[in-house]
Amino acid sequence: MKNAILMAVFVVVLAGLVLLPWFTPYFYIFIATEILIMGLFAASFNLIFGYTGMLSFGHAAFFGIGSYATAMLLLHLQWPLVYCLIASVVFGALLALVIGFLSVRLNEVYFAMLTLAFGMMVFSIAHQWRSVTNGSDGIAGFTVGEFGLGLPLTLGNPAVYYHVVLVIVVLASALLYLIGRSSFGMILQAIRQNAERVSFCGLNVRAYRLAAFTIGGGFAGLAGGLMAPFLRVASPEMLHWSTSAEPVLMSILGGTGYFLGPFVGSAIFILLETWITSITHAWMLVLGIVLALMVMFFRRGVLGTFLDWWQERQR
Amino acid sequence: MNEPLLSIRSLSKHFGGVAAVDGIDLDVPARETVAIIGPNGAGKTTFYNMVSGRMTPSAGQVLLNGRDITGQPPHRISRLGVSRSFQINNIFTEMTVRENVEVALAAFHHHSRRWFNLASRNRPIQEEAESLLERLSIGELSARRAGVISYGDKRLLEIAVVLATRPKLVLLDEPTAGMTPEETRRVTALVKSLADSGDYTFLITEHDMEVVFSLADRILVMHRGKALVAGTPEEVRRHPEVRKAYLGEDDDDQESLSQEAPQ
Repeated sequence: MKNAILMAVFVVVLAGLVLLPWFTPYFYIFIATEILIMGLFAASFNLIFGYTGMLSFGHAAFFGIGSYATAMLLLHLQWPLVYCLIASVVFGALLALVIGFLSVRLNEVYFAMLTLAFGMMVFSIAHQWRSVTNGSDGIAGFTVGEFGLGLPLTLGNPAVYYHVVLVIVVLASALLYLIGRSSFGMILQAIRQNAERVSFCGLNVRAYRLAAFTIGGGFAGLAGGLMAPFLRVASPEMLHWSTSAEPVLMSILGGTGYFLGPFVGSAIFILLETWITSITHAWMLVLGIVLALMVMFFRRGVLGTFLDWWQERQR
Repeated sequence: MNEPLLSIRSLSKHFGGVAAVDGIDLDVPARETVAIIGPNGAGKTTFYNMVSGRMTPSAGQVLLNGRDITGQPPHRISRLGVSRSFQINNIFTEMTVRENVEVALAAFHHHSRRWFNLASRNRPIQEEAESLLERLSIGELSARRAGVISYGDKRLLEIAVVLATRPKLVLLDEPTAGMTPEETRRVTALVKSLADSGDYTFLITEHDMEVVFSLADRILVMHRGKALVAGTPEEVRRHPEVRKAYLGEDDDDQESLSQEAPQ
């Protein structure tokens, strides 16, 4: 019964997302596109944080490199979008493999600091290596041509691009969800709860942490790849440490204990930002208050708190 | 005496200038139960940490079936067939009791590398977990969250997790510590039945002398990092130095206990 209701809500929300361009103004199509992309970015972070228990402060590096990969491939080689996105996944995962290899040996705050440090280095490279990355201007002026796979899509139309993003984000999320529910995913959750016990069960914890970090980096790369054509630019800000904070905040807002938590967090974050900045410049103050209240009173996040309450009530 | 499964050769661990474990030699014959006793701070847990790979020895050797495993990381040593419990319960508190065992089974069967199976639909693993829980008499708890079951049941669950990787050698670090007398009897009987089944070789540390003498085939008495006596329970019981240093037959006993730092 309970699962049936949740499933029905999920289907209705998904149907609403599919039909969105037919009943909302363009403005909200842009908002929804951003929510989906940032939701995928946050969900990729949550595989590392919520599942495996590693607080990474450098996740923007993978988002950013994915963004640059797609932007540069569109600018220089005019590849169909789908191949650019695959390249973004590969670049995100490879960068995560390198940074993760050096970081996952450390725990807790040292891991967090190391990922932050590597994130800053990647930002500096993007910011200073002008001949390749075009410095603070970033990669712009590219045009999005065909999608690839023989699909006749006019990606320049925001509603079409929104639907492309929706399909890719849903497919990528389904994959991420399955990984979380697999035996591998169970081991990741066991590592979060008690890494020592896992290693005394005969598993190399460091290798599993690195695998989770690399997968998370790949999905973050995909999110970045989707962002570049949407913003029509890949800029160093996307690699900045403040961008690394966004998936952290979104995951905590929505709830790290449920798969869809980061997506709910992304929606709340972006909608609040949109509405509040239209009223006052003190968006950061409001965000700070909301986050403080969440961490103090609703540590399981909006979705987590609601689902916990709902489950309790159903007993 | 059977062939030694585990052989320890003059194993030592120094912290700064202090020798926590100082030149211990020990053979653990296959399918027997060896107990290590000694007051707090005698070096029992440090000894365990070296055998299980949690600490690197300063000197000496650990041989498993004649193969040198000294200083290997815990996951390698576990793969080679050594599994251990801890003094403080060491389980996955947010998972159900059965999932705790499933993690160890997934590790053992290499399912842990599967990315696209549904762990919650893995029937063989679940059935194996259930039967292991039955064997440890906590089968009826399988759907409970591990963090909320009783202290004694958590210890039994940890033993189930330890046994799930099908170890040749099982290291139990004070399996009855902090238990009620009733729980202690239950765990002792269980370990005894597992030992009698001939499937396992046990190395146990324990404070409760009744437990030690009912389980052990051989006993090593440690004192301040050194081996004081090693022998059968009868030999150990009769040994004058043991009576003096540990079994509480001398006035110095209380003093020597209180001088040792708790671990």
